[in-house]
Amino acid sequence: MNRPIRRVAFVAMLMTLALLVNVCVSYLVRQDSLNANAQNRRVTDAAFAQDRGAIMVGNTAVAETVQSKDQFKFQRTYPGGELYAPVTGYFSYLFGSSELEQTYGAQLSGNDDSQFVNRLIALATGAKPKGASVQTTLNAKAQRAAAQALGDLKGAVVALDPSTGAIKAMVSSPSFDPSDLATHDLSDSQKAWKKLNADDDKPLSNRATREIFPPGSTFKVIVSAAALDAGYEPDSQLDTSSYKLPGTNTTISTTCGDSQTLKRALELSCNSAFARLGVKLGADALRDQAEKFGFGTKPLSDIGSVASRFPDEIDTPQTGLAAIGGYDVAATPLQMAMVAAAVANDGVVMQPYLVESVRSADLQVLSQTRPSQLRVATSSADAAKLKQMMIGVVQNGTGWRAQISGVTVGGKTGTANSDNVRTPYAWFIAWAEDPSVAVAVFVQDAEMPNTDVAGGRVAAPIAKAVIEALR
Amino acid sequence: MGEVVVFRKRRGVELVMLIMGMGLAVAGYALVSLNVDGELPGDFYWGVGLYVAIGLAAHVVIRLRAPYADPLLFPLVYTLNGFGLAMIYRLDLGGSKRMHSAELQLTWTAISVAVFIAVLFLLKDHRKLQRFPYLMFLAGMAILMMPLLPVIGFENHGARIWIKLGPYSFQPAELAKIVLTVAFASYLVEKKDVLALAGARFLGIDLPRPRDLGPIIVMWLSSLAVLIFQKDLGTSLLFFGLFVMMLYVATERPSWPILGTLLFLGGAFVGWLTYGHVQTRVSAWLNPFANWDQNYQIIQGQFGMAWGGLFGTGWGLGRPNLTPLAKNDFIAAALGEELGVAGLMAIIVIYGVIVMRGLRTALTAREPFSKLLAAGLSFVFALQVFAIIGGVTRLLPLTGLTTPFVSQGGSSLVANYAMIALLLVVTHRVRRPRTAAEEPQQSLAHDTTQVIAVPSRAAQPRPEPTFGDTPLSADDPLPDQQDAEPTAAIPAPGGADEPTTALPTGTGAGAGAGADEPTTALPTGADPNEPTTALPTRSAPGDDRPLWRQP
Repeated sequence: MNRPIRRVAFVAMLMTLALLVNVCVSYLVRQDSLNANAQNRRVTDAAFAQDRGAIMVGNTAVAETVQSKDQFKFQRTYPGGELYAPVTGYFSYLFGSSELEQTYGAQLSGNDDSQFVNRLIALATGAKPKGASVQTTLNAKAQRAAAQALGDLKGAVVALDPSTGAIKAMVSSPSFDPSDLATHDLSDSQKAWKKLNADDDKPLSNRATREIFPPGSTFKVIVSAAALDAGYEPDSQLDTSSYKLPGTNTTISTTCGDSQTLKRALELSCNSAFARLGVKLGADALRDQAEKFGFGTKPLSDIGSVASRFPDEIDTPQTGLAAIGGYDVAATPLQMAMVAAAVANDGVVMQPYLVESVRSADLQVLSQTRPSQLRVATSSADAAKLKQMMIGVVQNGTGWRAQISGVTVGGKTGTANSDNVRTPYAWFIAWAEDPSVAVAVFVQDAEMPNTDVAGGRVAAPIAKAVIEALR
Repeated sequence: MGEVVVFRKRRGVELVMLIMGMGLAVAGYALVSLNVDGELPGDFYWGVGLYVAIGLAAHVVIRLRAPYADPLLFPLVYTLNGFGLAMIYRLDLGGSKRMHSAELQLTWTAISVAVFIAVLFLLKDHRKLQRFPYLMFLAGMAILMMPLLPVIGFENHGARIWIKLGPYSFQPAELAKIVLTVAFASYLVEKKDVLALAGARFLGIDLPRPRDLGPIIVMWLSSLAVLIFQKDLGTSLLFFGLFVMMLYVATERPSWPILGTLLFLGGAFVGWLTYGHVQTRVSAWLNPFANWDQNYQIIQGQFGMAWGGLFGTGWGLGRPNLTPLAKNDFIAAALGEELGVAGLMAIIVIYGVIVMRGLRTALTAREPFSKLLAAGLSFVFALQVFAIIGGVTRLLPLTGLTTPFVSQGGSSLVANYAMIALLLVVTHRVRRPRTAAEEPQQSLAHDTTQVIAVPSRAAQPRPEPTFGDTPLSADDPLPDQQDAEPTAAIPAPGGADEPTTALPTGTGAGAGAGADEPTTALPTGADPNEPTTALPTRSAPGDDRPLWRQP
């Protein structure tokens, strides 16, 4: 009987071995995907129960973690509230996280690879690991000024440093208080979530980077750049008479007389002249120029951003409309701020960024953002000409409300009113030399008659307020 | 002459191991409290004191009643039990509401160890159990089928494997496991030769005669019945696997495990085709994420183990309560989460060592009943551990079995302690010095009835190809023993064992089981170190059971 018993023992040994090997193989093969599973409550709860680092604007925390007495031990709070919500995003038990809370989640929670040594030290000393803090590029004064100037209007303001791409202000309105979603009272959190999603004004959507809108006349800056590139000069004469789009019965009327220079046409924002110019340059040249300014890319990786768009399939009359920022052309306020910034920065588009540096709990710098070039939009000579043209818009044209005494400001108004149904979208893009800043203001609901002046009347003063705040 | 192995008692080793094991378990308990509450519970020393006292009490009883028993089995088992207690306590703390299962489990530990002690005291010789194979078989089947009874049986978590007696519920399959192992062992000792030799050969497989096949078919059908009516894949696998393995050990015919595996696979396949719950189990095994709600438990178990990683979250620092039934079926997942891959592997190795000690006993045992019993108990234990831990770690489809000694539940704990007690009795008798056997030989010399019976039996032709290489076990006199012991050699069954009646002068037929009584059976004070060589009449190698063969 011993031989079968030995064989049985062998089988029993194989079974034990199979269990051991399986445990190891499961660990090696399955662990990562299981821990990455969004439904894995252990992982999400653990992230929630961590001493998460702060998100800083200057020396002030706009999102920070305080101790709480419940099972999670830590509660995320947002001293920055609605004002900074488009940047910080929320960190919620039920609804995950967004914006910086999401993209810098690993660093904030202390789980990033760069914090490995810190985790080891915490493990050895028995201290609770603390997450890194994220230092943003935002300027509190500019942010407050932008929000104040925007008031209750729906819209967005983006201000950035043309020479680096560092974002100085990013406001989206209406906004929300992330604390409502971060609360540990889950039924309150759920209620707030439902309410925010049911709101027609979409307070959760970041209009500055995540939504695209027809840029209206601000697109004429891009058309002007394409024209300069094609050999036009600021004083080249343009036919500014009313323009019947080829092959259609649509006529673009004029308020500029029959002939103006390119510079003057921009100052007056002559639709017929730019539609004609756009058709002459061709859709490819316009698209090419738009892409040189950053259209078609998702420019901001620090938080979610969408690409601005110049349509691929477009016929001649549509090109005419596109040249005045209509038809299917659509851009984010961030993108239009980048256009203004490129003009101010000798034609070079810098990569926009929101995070200056990441510091561990002991203030050691874990990563620092270095400004980098995204595209070259125009030659520096063309950029200088565009600068003069945009100064003209503020000095003698539709953007006069953005004038600041003692500061060189260039800008361009825009009003998108293509469908005559909604109230117009009002735009103003601008740059200033000292302080060196580029601003894009977008007002979604200008609440005024459907005219071409909304951009200058509504949006330009907001840009002015932001520039003044940075002085 | 075969080499004589004299086993040492090794009780000191057992004590040291037990203290170490209990130390680990107590450390686990303390760690859980400190990690969860930041302080030791008020009744910490009570709990620890009770646990240590129970362990030491069992050790003292082993020292007294089974001094030659295997020194590893009890410490290993008691360590596992302690781990289970600590883990259950941890799960008590982790719920939204503080629970008190650990106290209950400690009570059950006390009861189980009491049963363990009772078995050691009452069952001096496990071979007593050999006498009523059919009765045992019927009893085992009755116990196994109890959950199907209308009033007391009830279904829980999809399997009808529970009975309710008053406020208490039990899983009778745990007890049936032991009873049926004993029944198979005694039945096969009687029938192994006819099963192995008589009958037709079919497709290269030696089939026994139909009438001998009867119980085998009954066993196969009852496995299927358990599968179908109780919806219990695990228990079905357990009993069928046990029976096939014991048939194989008894008959030494490899055709049995082959046939058995084929039958089981066939049955499982038909079950898979026919029964929804089998398909559910298989899909939960292969692709748990396909149905989140249905496979919630196994998914949570997986999440837990992944979350624990290599070294675990630390005891008390994980989230094992997220897994449903973490105290029962999924306690291995909870351990894997908090003790990590390393801790779970250590626990698997402890189980492996228990199984190997049991099978070693089976190898060293000298007569077939002990061999079959030890091998059967060890194998069914191994199979159970394999099925449940394999199920939890997704090596196999999940089967609802308890994790022996660790998971919560009184019936499982009592049954497994009784099983270990039985194994200890066997190991004690196997490892004991064999001098005890010498005395009855003299009395046997006067027992003329026995001497006459043997030569006619010995004439029976019997191929013994494999016995030559195992002089220690010396199976060769088996045919004699098989007939002689239950029928002729023990005119006064049962009584022979008792120390009071086993005096040499009591009954002449003390020759039977009483031969093993060491205290009274040494009239000559022979040296325990040279049991076989001291006997000039020995001729056959390893023939140290003069009971059954007179040279």
